[in-house]
Amino acid sequence: MLEIKNLHVVVEEDGTEILKGVNLKINEGEIHAIMGPNGSGKSTLAKVVAGHEAYEITDGDILFEGESILELDPDERAHLGLFLAFQYPVEVPGVTNKTLLREAYNTIAKERGREELDPLEFEDYVHERLDIVEMKPEFLDRSINAGFSGGEKKRNEIFQMAVLDPKISFLDETDSGLDIDALKIVSKGINHLAGENNAICLVTHYQRILDYIVPDFVHVMLDGKIVKSGDKKLAVELEEKGYDWLNDLASVSVNGEQK
Amino acid sequence: MSETEALESMVGGEYKYGFTTDVEYEDFPAGINEDIVREISRRKDEPQWVLDFRLEAFEKWKQMDGEPDWPNIEYEKPKFDEIQYYSSTKKKDGQKKPESLDDIDPQILETYEKLGIPLQEQKQLQGIAVDAVFDSESIFTTFKEKLGDAGVIFCSISEAIQDYPELVKKYLGSVVPKGDNFYAALNSAVFSDGSFVYVPKDTVCPMELSTYFRINNMQSGQFERTLIICEDNSHVSYLEGCTAPMFQENQLHAAVVELVAHENAEIKYSTIQNWYSGDEKGQGGIFNFVTKRGHCRGDNSKISWTQVETGSAITWKYPSVILQGDGSIGEFFSVAVTNNRQQADTGTKMIHVGKNTKSTIISKGISAGESNNSYRGLVKISPRADGAQNYSVCDSMLIGQTCGAHTFPYIESANPTAKVEHEASTSRVGEDQIFYLQQRGMDEDDAISLIVNGFCKEVLKELPMEFAVEADKLLGIKLEGSVG
Repeated sequence: MLEIKNLHVVVEEDGTEILKGVNLKINEGEIHAIMGPNGSGKSTLAKVVAGHEAYEITDGDILFEGESILELDPDERAHLGLFLAFQYPVEVPGVTNKTLLREAYNTIAKERGREELDPLEFEDYVHERLDIVEMKPEFLDRSINAGFSGGEKKRNEIFQMAVLDPKISFLDETDSGLDIDALKIVSKGINHLAGENNAICLVTHYQRILDYIVPDFVHVMLDGKIVKSGDKKLAVELEEKGYDWLNDLASVSVNGEQK
Repeated sequence: MSETEALESMVGGEYKYGFTTDVEYEDFPAGINEDIVREISRRKDEPQWVLDFRLEAFEKWKQMDGEPDWPNIEYEKPKFDEIQYYSSTKKKDGQKKPESLDDIDPQILETYEKLGIPLQEQKQLQGIAVDAVFDSESIFTTFKEKLGDAGVIFCSISEAIQDYPELVKKYLGSVVPKGDNFYAALNSAVFSDGSFVYVPKDTVCPMELSTYFRINNMQSGQFERTLIICEDNSHVSYLEGCTAPMFQENQLHAAVVELVAHENAEIKYSTIQNWYSGDEKGQGGIFNFVTKRGHCRGDNSKISWTQVETGSAITWKYPSVILQGDGSIGEFFSVAVTNNRQQADTGTKMIHVGKNTKSTIISKGISAGESNNSYRGLVKISPRADGAQNYSVCDSMLIGQTCGAHTFPYIESANPTAKVEHEASTSRVGEDQIFYLQQRGMDEDDAISLIVNGFCKEVLKELPMEFAVEADKLLGIKLEGSVG
């Protein structure tokens, strides 16, 4: 479904290279986890896939269902069915969650050739989706993320994912800032949404969330590259040993294959 | 989108009302002197007392020091000698005022239709009575009879002078005196048309009233004069809309609006101001110098100003309320949007005189491009205004890096029991916000429009339903492509 090929990315403002040749392939029905220490580039990867303008791609490609999406604006990527749950969800005062979701749902529905929902139909649909993350209907009429607690914001991201029903979702540190109960609810929601026809990529610092969501693949990112891939066991190993033991792998790959 | 593309698309974010109507005008000399003032009065067949009013105002104006220099705006002063102060279209067979729609130049009818305000009976907006003012004249007023049945008078001020002289005489200049300020004095000398509304006692006006102002003539200024009187226990909601063609030259619009609310009366006055704002280089556009003031004369009366100011090269405007009656309420809800080279210095004055008077000020300024947007407000509590309360919020939003937002709040309280609260904030439309909404599938312009509408929500919800949608769209168009 999504294929990232030798992706090199610099920060547009100052030219700092963040991603140094990332390769990753995600198929339908799969759950991936990208782990790595702070500053390894995993959040950047999620933002670049979503089309954030602060980054420039200097080499490589991102293919969605076989087609390059590098030239597409973020909204066009969203129309294809790409979703990013933000690490720091943004506040938009005065605009209710419901307004955003209905606009977003119908815009994407139109682009994907689905039926648009009128306000009444949408009301039914959205209430049914609330249950997935055990959110109260009051959330719908509150301004987007304004005055939400950290945990509520994260839960709201997964709620939006539930409403928009994307093909592939990058969840950027969705687990951080959640207490254990909220983590369980969010994980349950994500498990509920994961299916045969979609894919999920968790970007996380900690192994904790992987106790609740079992990934098919775990990738370790260090210094802008995926240095090791494996299954769930790799995550456990990281939890025990930390990231340091992989540092050698990073420097080898940075300095070239011959070393 | 790059900065340049954004700019280009901003230019393309077109002003839909910039067309000109090709009509024949009566000759009228440019410039201003006593003869001109007399000539305006003569053409309008006015009684002597109106002429006297004009001449006294003109004397005061001549003695003034020129334009006020305290606003935070820069512009080349209008050349008062080159402006044409009166501009009327040629009428059939020497008629003064069209008697029916058949007497109106079809081109003018077409103009209003294009503006979305059809005057023809079959097409008239339902539930809204419209007074259509074209340059210096009121062209037509709809639903007059229906309003008459309810005892409500709604007509042009020129007609009111002829038909209801006692009412006009009693109230004209009673809220904004002839010599109030430079532009009010000028207006009092040369005022042309505007609307007159009188709502008798114990009457709820059965329809929304609305005046649509159109400046068409390139040489002329527009000096509208509006007077609204609401007797005891009455209620009226009035809206004005304004547009003008795109010309290279600046045109002057200097209006005076007076509102009088008696005991328990309520006047709701809304404005959607979309005068031509000039091009992206600041060439052309309307100079909008307006004095609007309401007088809560009776106890428990209420005057509420709501304005959405998106047009004009320069906006200088402070709709105010004098809260004289005990327990009276004044409100000011404002959205002012400036883009390109526009400059706005706008706000309000709430003068608390009576006991337990209350005022609320909600001002939302949005600046984009290279524009400058200032809020200027005065809350004054007089010594006898025991228990007066004011609550003010002034929020500014910046779009891009080259615009400015300023807040000048003045508070003068001479009564220790008064409670005055003021909040202010400035925010920038963040790229983060836009990216977030884009990630949810909205394109950049929709994202900005959603953010801005959210920001203005408290004000937009005050607009009459029929116009809220229009205002919503207007904000969207105004800011299209304004983020790089």
